[in-house]
Amino acid sequence: MSNAVSALGNVSYNGFAQISEIGPIGMISLRAKPDVKGLDKAIKAAVGTKVPAARQMEGAQERFAGWMSPDEYLLVMPYADTGAAMAAIDKALKGQHYLAAVVSDARAVFRVTGEKADQVLAKLSPVDFANLGAQELRRTRAAQVAAAFWRDDSGYTLVCFRSVATYMMGLLSHSAMTGSEL
Amino acid sequence: MSTRLSKGGRLIDRSKVQNFTFNGTAMRGYQGDTLAAALLANDQMLVGRSFKYHRPRGIVGSGPEEPNALVNLGRAGRSEPNQRATTTELFDGLECASQNHWPSLNYDVGVINNTLARFLPGGFYYKTFMYPRAAWKHLFEPIIRASAGLGKPPQEPDADRYEQAYAFCDVLIIGGGIAGLQAALIAGTAGLRVILLEQNAHWGGRAPVDGDVVDGMPAAEWVAKALQDLDKMTNVTLRNRCTGAGVYDHGYVLADEKVADHTPGDGRPKHRLWRIRAGQILTATGAIERPLSFAGNDIPGVMLAASTRDFVVNFAVSPGDRTVIVTNNDDAYRTAIALHEAGLSVPCIVDARSTVTGDLPLRAKALGLRIATGMGIAKVSGGKRVTKVALCMQAGEGAVIEEIACEAVAMSGGWSPVVHLWSHCGGKLTWDTTHAHFRPDATRPPTGADGAAMVVALGAANGAMTAADAMVDAANGTQLALKALGFDAKPKIVSSAAPVQEAEMEPVWIMPYGAGVKLKSKMWLDYQNDVKVSDVQLAAREGYSSVEHTKRYTTLGMATDQGKLSNINGLAILADARNAEIPQVGTTTFRPPYTPVTLGALAGESRGEIFQPLRMTPMHAWHQTQGAYFEPVGLWRRPYTFPRGGETHAQSVAREVNNTRNALGLLDASTLGKIIVKGPDAGRFLDMLYTGVMSSLPIGKCRYGLMCSEQGFLSDDGVVARIDDETWLCHTTSGGADRIHAWMEDWLQCEWWDWQVYTANITEQLAQVAVVGPNARKLLEKMGGMDVSKETLPFMQWADGTLGGFAVRVYRISFSGELSYEIAVAASEGAAFWAALHAAGAELGAMPYGTEALHIMRAEKGFIMIGDETDGTIIPQDLNLGWAISKKKADFLGKRGQERTYLASEDRWKLAGFETLDGSVIPDGSYILAPGLNANGQGNTQGRVTSTYFSPTLGRGIAMGLIKGGLARMGDVVDFNTLSGAPIKAKVVDPVFYDKDGEKQNV
Amino acid sequence: MLILECPYCGVKACETELSPGYEAHLKRFGPGSTDAEFEDYMFARKNPKGVHFERWRHTYGCGKWFLAARDTNTLEVFGTYPAQSSAPPEDLQAKIKAKRPDWKGYK
Repeated sequence: MSNAVSALGNVSYNGFAQISEIGPIGMISLRAKPDVKGLDKAIKAAVGTKVPAARQMEGAQERFAGWMSPDEYLLVMPYADTGAAMAAIDKALKGQHYLAAVVSDARAVFRVTGEKADQVLAKLSPVDFANLGAQELRRTRAAQVAAAFWRDDSGYTLVCFRSVATYMMGLLSHSAMTGSEL
Repeated sequence: MSTRLSKGGRLIDRSKVQNFTFNGTAMRGYQGDTLAAALLANDQMLVGRSFKYHRPRGIVGSGPEEPNALVNLGRAGRSEPNQRATTTELFDGLECASQNHWPSLNYDVGVINNTLARFLPGGFYYKTFMYPRAAWKHLFEPIIRASAGLGKPPQEPDADRYEQAYAFCDVLIIGGGIAGLQAALIAGTAGLRVILLEQNAHWGGRAPVDGDVVDGMPAAEWVAKALQDLDKMTNVTLRNRCTGAGVYDHGYVLADEKVADHTPGDGRPKHRLWRIRAGQILTATGAIERPLSFAGNDIPGVMLAASTRDFVVNFAVSPGDRTVIVTNNDDAYRTAIALHEAGLSVPCIVDARSTVTGDLPLRAKALGLRIATGMGIAKVSGGKRVTKVALCMQAGEGAVIEEIACEAVAMSGGWSPVVHLWSHCGGKLTWDTTHAHFRPDATRPPTGADGAAMVVALGAANGAMTAADAMVDAANGTQLALKALGFDAKPKIVSSAAPVQEAEMEPVWIMPYGAGVKLKSKMWLDYQNDVKVSDVQLAAREGYSSVEHTKRYTTLGMATDQGKLSNINGLAILADARNAEIPQVGTTTFRPPYTPVTLGALAGESRGEIFQPLRMTPMHAWHQTQGAYFEPVGLWRRPYTFPRGGETHAQSVAREVNNTRNALGLLDASTLGKIIVKGPDAGRFLDMLYTGVMSSLPIGKCRYGLMCSEQGFLSDDGVVARIDDETWLCHTTSGGADRIHAWMEDWLQCEWWDWQVYTANITEQLAQVAVVGPNARKLLEKMGGMDVSKETLPFMQWADGTLGGFAVRVYRISFSGELSYEIAVAASEGAAFWAALHAAGAELGAMPYGTEALHIMRAEKGFIMIGDETDGTIIPQDLNLGWAISKKKADFLGKRGQERTYLASEDRWKLAGFETLDGSVIPDGSYILAPGLNANGQGNTQGRVTSTYFSPTLGRGIAMGLIKGGLARMGDVVDFNTLSGAPIKAKVVDPVFYDKDGEKQNV
Repeated sequence: MLILECPYCGVKACETELSPGYEAHLKRFGPGSTDAEFEDYMFARKNPKGVHFERWRHTYGCGKWFLAARDTNTLEVFGTYPAQSSAPPEDLQAKIKAKRPDWKGYK
């Protein structure tokens, strides 16, 4: 039995774009240098992808790996899968210098969808969306808090800290209000 | 009187009547009107009173340069002071009121200042400060405060919303006149990302009003075609009603888009502040006409010549049947011709130049208009509006040659390029003697991140004063910018404007040239702030020879218009008074914003619920339903107490303390910082970070540690747990998690980058609950799942397991002195776990407690609190925490700092406990008095209180504080000061007030 | 409002995504150092009008510290490089020297 609930209970808002809080989603923060022996195996075992290049994501749908910094990766998977993934990582990287920590519960995740989804984020983040790569994982700020996002065919997925989920929902809803299209 | 003409008006739609009110009087205008145009159409020439003398003020300009026509717009939640009527679009239902008058605009008592003008000279404000000293406070300040000022700040919260947005482009063009459109067409055709901004609702700038011809078409037609072409380019973004407000470092530009000023209440954001990054910034911001300085140039009805033309051509508004033109250049003749063509009378064109030769004067002559050359205006007559002008020879002293009755005077003293945006980020100016103005010096531009030019001025903003020149200049400047961006292609299409031959203007700074003091004290430079020619001359005589000093002394250019009309005229007067050339005097500094930006736009979305990010724990909703009173801890909101029934906070806090000490308390401790430190060098790293030794901590155990800054000052504290061979978990204070994590990363990345250590801040991954009190173990046993007995889980140890089906890590630590467990659970399950503890704990007397009870219980135990006992100047030794500092370690952060003689001194104030003799509570912030006075004649002190509470456990006031001598003073009775004056006597005691031997926590 | 390119992730970061860390290339003085050395390490900071080396952290991005060479007067940025450098890269020093012949070096 899991009592796990997302930060905002999956609330949503409809403006000129659609905002919904989703999750909880499984996430592991993996700190290791790219040349560490077994890293490719660890990531393959955890999410089934190869090691992502700088600022890029590998994988799709429910399982993927993202580059967070020169020695940090974000592994995304279904919430219930983190235990097995942690065990696989520990096995693959045994004896190496690394740190893996489950961070599923430290995060809030939002979907911003619709044709003008980028406009919602362009009001909050100093990011040039015209030059955002298709597979790019962009870490930046949204108004006053840290955020990371990436895009897909129907919009964007945004991740922030759980404690500021209410603030983030407020920001996204305010930015998506009908009539405020850019 | 000023009226609406029966025909014309290129911007108005006569089929759409807009009703509005001015000072409660119902008026009518048309869609497309500015408020200024609509006021003039209703013969509302008088629109306000000046700042100092309360002189009647009429509309002078037609754009952002307007100094006079400031109104209070709207009411209640949409009330806005100091709105320029000339840039406010009229809408149906608009309400506005004039400002700075009492009791009414027409009969203003403050105008008495006008008759006292002789006693209110330049520098008046400063003089009142100086002598006699008492007069400022008792005489001048009350009078000035009562009579000065413009609009009143709104009293209600803003009913509108605002937002900000980021944009990126290769080329940002500011100004949608023909030069800006030319630039956009060239850059857009080259395929670059272009943003073109225009402050007005309409495009094209002056050219359509001035009758220019572009590519053989009337300017308005060419503008429409250019807009159509630009619209088709997906790489070009056009934004009107959007003012380029400021240019900043590295191509950063702020622009203020008035999204819904003209449609209030339609649900859209009122303003949007654009934060733009541009590769190259092109300023095509045009030029502003200068007034002429003649006596009475501030009487309502005296307007700028081009603005007069704007009102006639754009809005079909006549300033009066008879308008006298006064000029020193050819451009004003366009106004004469426009007025004449509109069927209005121009009795005389007064031209200060001795000869006129340009195309435009010739046309005027051909139309039969009278031109008086070599002449000036000696004086304008009229009170609240112009009645007549007196002419004189410009070269003379002002002897009246002739008087002409008229309703309006259209003046032109030449044109000044709008160099503000060029100058904001360091662009320098050069003095152009031909046009008598400052223009951008292309050899000294503002530079960007690569050290190269990042701004190019175009057209009139660059000193290209005719349409033909401006179009050529815009094309050249755009090509320059494209080249800087790496595009060297010649522009494919370049439009050009038909040349009109204009003769040279002649600088005229005073009219007439030989005017005496009497005339000069009626020549206004700054209309809003009431600065006259005589004031600037007085300032120069009194030694204010620097332009920046003169500005502040006289307040020239310090009004809401920031001297858009007055700057150059004032400079010229100052230069003349100093016998210097104008370029030697220089300009004052141009600072953003170009026109005022409302605070709402700067705040953007940051108001109300999303003013700042409030951090909430997973149990926050539960706390809210229980009626918790929250307090800020950093950005966290934590329950301070949970009042029940009609309890006061003091009562509920006392109940929470007593219940926790006697039964069972539950604390949401989720905000506690939690950082994993892992790696082969983790132990060595933590030994550097903490004052104590962490590398020797056995797996499964916990140890209290202190962290100091390099200066040695105590910065954070917390319990460290050893997880496995290479892994430690560091707890930080609630407010300190991010700071300490950043501190760790700083040292690992920048100093010890060869050490193998990783950190992870998992503060938010875990919800944490402190289960505290004699019944704590019973509750956990009832939840079931793991052994939490004294033997299996003794004090300062931790264990993983399950409780009630929840996967948990349990720490046996105590910040209250009671039997206590801190239990970490996944944040997603935090709310469920908290609820389960309350459900199971009900029969054991479980109650939640807040931060105040936490603080009291720790103070009763003599535990320090970072931020209470520390303030950034306290070392651990001051707090008797020497036991937590390793003597063996060769080095740790802060060790060298603590060795400084000042910090090692025995004279430092040190921690002790205090008990008041009468049981009362020492006030927060209280100092311990010492005999004698210090060098400043203030009473000496020998210590201060750091934590002070009423202890419900002991039934009396207790305190911790710092005192010279520290615990060696035990038993002394000292005086704490109070605001009421009578000191409180307190005895120095051991700071551990409760359960000194720790029997309760060790059960 | 500066733009600095993070040498780790290549993002041209806006100043609001960064945290300043003041003077770069400081040598730490701990126990055993003289009062003068410690004072210099702790308090004596350069404040030149011209070429300056600074620490910056890509706080809202990859979280890494990096170093930047910048003209404090014109705000020209000569280059950024990883924090794990005990001296500015040679080519960067040469570039600065070429642009600012009067520059006396980073020490």
